[in-house]
Amino acid sequence: MSLALRLPTPARLGYSFNWAGRIGLAVILFWAAIAIIGPWIAPYPPGDMVDFDYFGPMSSQFWMGSDYLGRDILSRIIMGTRYTTGIALAAVILACAGGVLLGMIAAVVGGWFDTLLSRFLDAFNGIPHLLFGLVVVAAVGSSIPILIVTLAAMYLPGSYRFARALAVNVNTMDFVTVARARGEGFGHIILREIFPNILGPVLADLGLRFVFIVLVLSGLSFLGLGVQPPNADWGALVRENIEGLSLGAPAVIFPSIAIASLTISVNMFIDNLPTRIRDRSE
Amino acid sequence: MLRSATTWILVGQRLGIALITLLIVSFAVFFATELLPGDVAEILLGQAATPEAVAGLRTAMGLDEPAIWRFLSWLGGLATGDLGMSYVNKMAVADLLSGRLMNTLRLAGIVTLVCVPVALALGIAAAMWRGSWLDRLVSVLTISVISVPEFMVATLAVLVFAVWLDWLPALSFGVDVDSLGDMLRAYAMPVISLSFVVSAQMIRMTRAAVIETINTPYVEMALLKGASRTRMVLRHALPNALGPIANAVALSLSYLVGGVIIVETVFNYPGVAKLMVDAVSTRDLPLIQSCAMIFCISYLALITLADMIAILSNPRLRR
Repeated sequence: MSLALRLPTPARLGYSFNWAGRIGLAVILFWAAIAIIGPWIAPYPPGDMVDFDYFGPMSSQFWMGSDYLGRDILSRIIMGTRYTTGIALAAVILACAGGVLLGMIAAVVGGWFDTLLSRFLDAFNGIPHLLFGLVVVAAVGSSIPILIVTLAAMYLPGSYRFARALAVNVNTMDFVTVARARGEGFGHIILREIFPNILGPVLADLGLRFVFIVLVLSGLSFLGLGVQPPNADWGALVRENIEGLSLGAPAVIFPSIAIASLTISVNMFIDNLPTRIRDRSE
Repeated sequence: MLRSATTWILVGQRLGIALITLLIVSFAVFFATELLPGDVAEILLGQAATPEAVAGLRTAMGLDEPAIWRFLSWLGGLATGDLGMSYVNKMAVADLLSGRLMNTLRLAGIVTLVCVPVALALGIAAAMWRGSWLDRLVSVLTISVISVPEFMVATLAVLVFAVWLDWLPALSFGVDVDSLGDMLRAYAMPVISLSFVVSAQMIRMTRAAVIETINTPYVEMALLKGASRTRMVLRHALPNALGPIANAVALSLSYLVGGVIIVETVFNYPGVAKLMVDAVSTRDLPLIQSCAMIFCISYLALITLADMIAILSNPRLRR
């Protein structure tokens, strides 16, 4: 209850961000806003051929040029934001929720359950991520729910490993022993004792995993196995217009910039998080 | 020097764990490929898939036998080097794979030779002069490369070296390779793109590992004692950072076997990863299984090797 009442704004808690972190946060919020209000601000319908020229240059009419069919790139990037950020966000939340929950359970239960789960997920981690995604998508076809689940499955083991390592440390602390001695149940120990103490690093980890997922999703789309036409995320936009590369067309450059701006700014933001958030358990 | 018996026991233990993991992995690979939708016999027969023909082919291919029995015979074949027959080309999987594997290993080898020395040197130097312009430059560059999708690095390389500068061919294969110069030109683009991607990871992790050891009290002691900065890092800190560095290098290199699918696609390079993706689309189970095993084996081998280096380099892990 108290959490809802006292909004933990950075300033109130005495956390301060440096300029790099602020720029990162600003770019993230910018893309989040675009993803939400996209359909209302796109200058043209993203699927309509509006330019008579293909790979058109930047002009006052088409701010970011036009693509291989003469569609407006700015509108397509704005619509692509929803696919890229939406899919990646859903996948990263699924991966981290599953990984953190399993990691905490493994750390508290310990013993053969822990060993077996860790070994299994480690082995699973040995399969290259992109390849795993390609195989699944090639086998069962590509749709947005499948993409989300596949991406989540790829990054669950890493999240598990990270959360387990943190939870093992917290698990040995006195207050957890006290909670046990008090007779608190399994659920209470995991959710009320351990989880709040690993939350900060877990959130930082979630941000980094988000970057990886955006990259893998773009890679899948670039290979033609991600978001399917006529819809397109940023990776698919690069793929569609790759022929324009030798012409130096803005149609291939701007989607690339969009991907890079999002991933670099998330990295910048996470790297410059106040250490109080990042290393809370240490 | 006698490394005590416990060291070798530990090393043996790591090998044992690796073998057990390999067994679990092979189990997982086998049953995961079994789960792929689509009946192999039906796909192979295509238009001619009458129920009788499908049943006949299933019996002929041994698909009727219980899965666990097929798993054991597949494992037995694997152990003796018999990878089975490809369903699609009717060729031995071993023959199909060997050429591709050589290509992949050659590319991986060249990239390793280029990357590892450069990445280690840069990582250690960045840690040694932490906060200097070199460190900042390296940090910015590595973060940018890590944050950018691989196909962007590859297409950027094409744009710069093939389109603008016109130094190198855009596609690496299909070009006749006659001389050493031709070979260098053919490999240059994939090697450049991969080197960027792989060394960025390595540099970051090496830097972090060295900085972590520099922050320990005993290294500070060395500094107080009057050791120079170079000596402090190279003689005092580095031996203890060797384990984590080996781990970082192993992780990055494992990427070179299976993770290069995008680079293989962009440059049309015939490696194992592409073979596997093609195999999935044709439901060629023996081929998929063998490829997956190659990736897992290379990953496990590298990780185990890194673990052993850590054990041999750090006496504290041997107690």
